[in-house]
Amino acid sequence: MNIIVCVKQVPGSNDVKMDKVTNTIIREGIEAIINPFDVYAVEEALKIKDNFGGKITAISMGIPKVVDTLKEVLDLGVNSGVLLSDRAFAGADSLATAYTLSKGINKIGKYDLIICGKQATDGDTAQVGPSLAEKLGIPHTTNVSNIEEVGADFIICNRSTDEGYEVIKIFLPAVITVVKDINVPRLPSIRTLKSAKNAEIFIWNLRDINADKNYTGLKGSPTQVVKTFIPQYDTGTEIFEGTNEEKCNKLALRLLDMKTLFSI
Amino acid sequence: MANIDILIHKCIGCKQCLKACPFGAIKMEKKKAVILDNCTLCGSCVSACRFQAINFVKDEVIAKDLSAFKGIWIFAQQKNGKVSEVVFELLGEAIKLAEKLKTDVSAVILGESLKDATKKLIAYGADKVYKIENKELKDFNDEIYADILRQLINEYKPEIVLFGATTFGRSLAPRIASKLNTGLTADCTILEIDEEKKLLLQTRPAFGGNLMATIICPNHRPQMATVRPKVMKAIEPNFNRTGHIISPKVNLRTALKVKVLDIVDIMKSEIAIEEADIIVAAGRGIGNIKNIRLIEEFAREIGGAVAASRAVIDAGWLEYPHQVGQTGKTVAPKIYFALGISGAIQHLAGMSSSDVIVAVNNDPEAPIFKIARYGIVGDLTEVLPELIRTFREKMKKTVV
Repeated sequence: MNIIVCVKQVPGSNDVKMDKVTNTIIREGIEAIINPFDVYAVEEALKIKDNFGGKITAISMGIPKVVDTLKEVLDLGVNSGVLLSDRAFAGADSLATAYTLSKGINKIGKYDLIICGKQATDGDTAQVGPSLAEKLGIPHTTNVSNIEEVGADFIICNRSTDEGYEVIKIFLPAVITVVKDINVPRLPSIRTLKSAKNAEIFIWNLRDINADKNYTGLKGSPTQVVKTFIPQYDTGTEIFEGTNEEKCNKLALRLLDMKTLFSI
Repeated sequence: MANIDILIHKCIGCKQCLKACPFGAIKMEKKKAVILDNCTLCGSCVSACRFQAINFVKDEVIAKDLSAFKGIWIFAQQKNGKVSEVVFELLGEAIKLAEKLKTDVSAVILGESLKDATKKLIAYGADKVYKIENKELKDFNDEIYADILRQLINEYKPEIVLFGATTFGRSLAPRIASKLNTGLTADCTILEIDEEKKLLLQTRPAFGGNLMATIICPNHRPQMATVRPKVMKAIEPNFNRTGHIISPKVNLRTALKVKVLDIVDIMKSEIAIEEADIIVAAGRGIGNIKNIRLIEEFAREIGGAVAASRAVIDAGWLEYPHQVGQTGKTVAPKIYFALGISGAIQHLAGMSSSDVIVAVNNDPEAPIFKIARYGIVGDLTEVLPELIRTFREKMKKTVV
């Protein structure tokens, strides 16, 4: 089975701190990491490869530095990497990203399954997976928490929903996005580190993937950011004092004031 | 091609742009700002610069005639004929937006048996209901739902289409936007109208809630957004309201490539956490798995849903659908009890838009207290039994 995994490089979000004086995000010295959800996508691809054989290609769109992220996944046993990198890709929203990825994936050629992380931790849109599937004209499902069966031309998987999960049969080729519940990612092994040395990373630009620049980057993005601002949390926290009983009583008094809520 | 440059002779090296850049894509070199290649052309720096030292050239966009697109549509997600709460919230918000645009509000509902649902949609503010009833549409299915919505949007041309940011909404909406080649904004928490340009201003949290971004879709229609549940307010339903019910003819796609084989509900509490008005969330401070029972008991007592931080889920004390935070679900209830949750940024990302946050934690310095309205500093294992007792008594009195 040939699998393509979509990965994104994001700022290491653990370090997001606020500058209390200027009320802005301190971003200095923040390292770029692989989007945490994509690690599970890579692991799931590796698991399928372990059991059924085949080839895994990781694809990303971004600046040249994103090669580092691709190297990281090659070290885990991914066979090859593709980086789509061009100034004409800058400023892409989820639609333009999906279009660009679809052109890159078409150039990669034959594939059975495309796996994405549920969402990226910088934008949190969760839109690229479904949008990409549409651009490729293949089915998709999101929030996959378990792959139960891998058939010749289908998979059966569990999809986390707001109330529990659905069991979905999806015919291949298809796009799935995965949640972190799906597996426990591995670390590189000596064997995979060794084979990664010979693994290739291809860097393709607009022309290489035959993309139309009217549909990539800022120009190909229907959505535009017009304003960004820091949300204010000025709640004036009220901390209750006294014994536990007194604290709880005071809290209950405040909350039960919100009468409509407790109209049981 | 779009481009952004620092005009060196105007740049005074004040670093305002550096602070405004959400992507860390500006650095200082010889006391002048330099834009790095990870710039996404978002334009945040341009408005921050007080010296017009940033030259941002956008591509010329040939204005299209978008006047054929009219009306606001709400996708009415339903399960077994029961409409999701978020749909009523969206209708309430759509009424306000429609007033400013001087247009009407429609709900679009797909399912098997929708008579009661249709009435309810009108009672909650829909002027029109587009209804497609077919037994093939009983369960949500991205493939067939997306295909039908594409047909309807192409036929009736709404200017705005809103979806609840539920699991299904966030899967369906991007598929449709991609089909239609239009813009889609994810998980919005504020919607407004730019009255001059008649555009939908879509505001959403990014970077785990540390930054809010307002987004527009000026040259494509419809303008599409998914909207976070529990943020918008539904109106009081009026069952005497009348509306048009339209049953359009659509082509039902056959030979589907996605099949729902089974639907399993496993939420421990009756209420899905995204839909709950009250959430009782447990964190590491709960100590051990046995105390989860106390959390559940407290939730039952006050009619809330049980949630948890990542630490509790990773420990296996509750199942993943209960997880709130960046790697779990995003919720915005009226009251959120953060019990033994310190409030790591990843957790706050999933619950900071709750109306009232109540925090119980033994560490008075825990970040959760910064966003909490009410706080109790103390050992959760001692406070929780007291909370249960207190609320049990008070609630009894309130009911009487």
